[in-house]
Amino acid sequence: MRTLKNTLLAFITALTLLAVPLSYAADSAAPAAAAPTAAAPAAAPAAAVAPAAAVNPADLPINWHAVGMFLAFVAVTLIITYWAAKRTKTATDFYAAGRGITGFQNGMAIAGDYMSAASFLGIAALVYMNGFYGLIFSVGWLVGWPIILFLIAERLRNLGKFTYADVASFRLQQGPVRTMAAVGSLIVVIWYLIGQAVGAGQLLHTLVPQISYRQSIIIVGTLIIIYVTFGGMKATTWVQIIKAGLLLGGATLMAIGVMAHEGFSFEKLFADAVAIHPKHLEIMKSVVPIGAKANPIESISLGLTLMFGTAGLPHILMRFFTVTDAKAARKSVLYGTCFIGYFYILTFIIGFGAIVLVANNPEYVADLSKSILALKGGGSMPAVYLSHAIGGDFFLGFIAAVAFATILAVVSGLTLAGASALSHDIYANVIMKGKATEAQEVWVSKICVIGLGILAILLGMAFEKQNVAYIVALTFSIAACANFPILVLSVFWRGLTTRGAVLGGYTGIFGSIGLLIIGPTVWTKVLGNGPAIFPYDFPTFVVLPAVLIVAFLASVTDNSESAQKERAAFNAQKVRSETGLGSEVGASH
Amino acid sequence: MSEYSSNRIQNNPKYHQLVSQRDTLAWTLSAIVCVMYFGFILMIAFAPDFLTQPLSADTVIPVGMPIGVGVILVSCILTAIYVRQANSVFDPLTDEIIQESLK
Repeated sequence: MRTLKNTLLAFITALTLLAVPLSYAADSAAPAAAAPTAAAPAAAPAAAVAPAAAVNPADLPINWHAVGMFLAFVAVTLIITYWAAKRTKTATDFYAAGRGITGFQNGMAIAGDYMSAASFLGIAALVYMNGFYGLIFSVGWLVGWPIILFLIAERLRNLGKFTYADVASFRLQQGPVRTMAAVGSLIVVIWYLIGQAVGAGQLLHTLVPQISYRQSIIIVGTLIIIYVTFGGMKATTWVQIIKAGLLLGGATLMAIGVMAHEGFSFEKLFADAVAIHPKHLEIMKSVVPIGAKANPIESISLGLTLMFGTAGLPHILMRFFTVTDAKAARKSVLYGTCFIGYFYILTFIIGFGAIVLVANNPEYVADLSKSILALKGGGSMPAVYLSHAIGGDFFLGFIAAVAFATILAVVSGLTLAGASALSHDIYANVIMKGKATEAQEVWVSKICVIGLGILAILLGMAFEKQNVAYIVALTFSIAACANFPILVLSVFWRGLTTRGAVLGGYTGIFGSIGLLIIGPTVWTKVLGNGPAIFPYDFPTFVVLPAVLIVAFLASVTDNSESAQKERAAFNAQKVRSETGLGSEVGASH
Repeated sequence: MSEYSSNRIQNNPKYHQLVSQRDTLAWTLSAIVCVMYFGFILMIAFAPDFLTQPLSADTVIPVGMPIGVGVILVSCILTAIYVRQANSVFDPLTDEIIQESLK
């Protein structure tokens, strides 16, 4: 094992050292001064986003505040990784931080995992462009949390070990159910990673133009490989806790800055925004993106996707295995929900503040003669420029560093969740049928972390010029249509059998992907095939009921001997899920 | 987990009391969140004019804004209610059930 560990160490060090020259080589091959694409606020699949303006690196001085604060964050997180690496010995340490995370810490980490750059910069940008419409996303992304608490969190902690597939396959056949769950997890994780990598590349390149898009992605990829392979869940958790603290603090200061400018009057804030925004009072009436036609079915489908998608994200579900017991799992959702709710209310203020302070300001707007909204550096910049309008270069540097820390933390959590699906579900339980040693399993998952990190770098580069606006719809749809219903059915419905879970799960995965491909975002906007065959951006309102029907019919018609046994095993599963008797014990305090 | 303890728990009336009490609370609160949220979503879908009308004649703030923020705040309050109830009622009951199953 020792030699393996050393090989791994040498490999990662080499990778880190190679990263910088490689990225220079990659750049000289690429067209110079790439303009960030307009799709940055991945939170806004249907939103009209302003076209990006090219940033010429020579024009802008280095923002030393941003660079300094970013380096300080990296230094602190690397020290934490070193500390965590010395304390990460077992599989439980690696995947679940030794189950020693408290409810409050996990609540912060949940908030850190969930408040991605897409939701910070994205919701602010959505509000900046569309006003009221952004609130629908804030509300939808919050209401999944109470559902997670009431129905999932404690039972997940009581039944599972490292992944949500542990729970879904608890009394079902390990091979097929875990494979399905791992496929669902991996598709969500990989596409979420692409969105984050593209966002990281655009953001860092825009803020520090001397660092190119590709270099930015390589820096992000290399850092998260280091955090996760060495520090496992302990380092990942602490990166998320620190980032959540910085983000909540930064957003609070920005909101206070906006309110101070507006004399602490919401009335004045909204009135000023209406006066400045080119669409004026329309921003208070936008129930769909400004310019789009009202579409009741789309609104309902979006609502379903946001709410239930949250409860099916693998990197979020994984957080519940890090706490000491079900009680801590429960508390952590309460803290997490309050932090996230508070944060979303702040992003709403920040978005309106940006209309007042950033729009129509020649310092930030690309070309005032064309549009007073379109900003230098692309559609995700309103919150970043707002920080400059409020607190100058220093505050801009701080917020930029926070946004970057946000991406690092979310990518770390995603990578670990993806690696655990590959190593714990596919390798240890499907291929090795539970016979792998703990050391082998951890070793495989570290290899998977490196693989996923490199994959994220490559895909991030490949998708540089692509329109990635469909990513949120894709990941949340699969999470809402495959992961969430199968998880809930396996825990609450005695009748669910392996056949029902597998057929239902694949219906969710392939149904979502298929309808997204023939839907407006991919069919029309990405592929340019003309009018979409399936006219809705979010397929959840069709796929979710289909999954429930397929899972139900496939289960009740299953009278095989194994199905009988699976139903009979429900009582014992229920005792464990309700009382925690026999569940994985946490570290004592 | 021994099968013996598990069977003893299934025969313990307190276990069924715990499950039914917790299920009642959890599903009731879930229903409240869903009704509240999908009420908001259905208004967006079918009654946008109601949501987008100004709160009063001298303001630009639409009715939907306090409703949306209200959904967020009520969600937080409901999670707090569940946690409180679980800490004060469900946890002691669970401890009793586990103790009795080990006797």
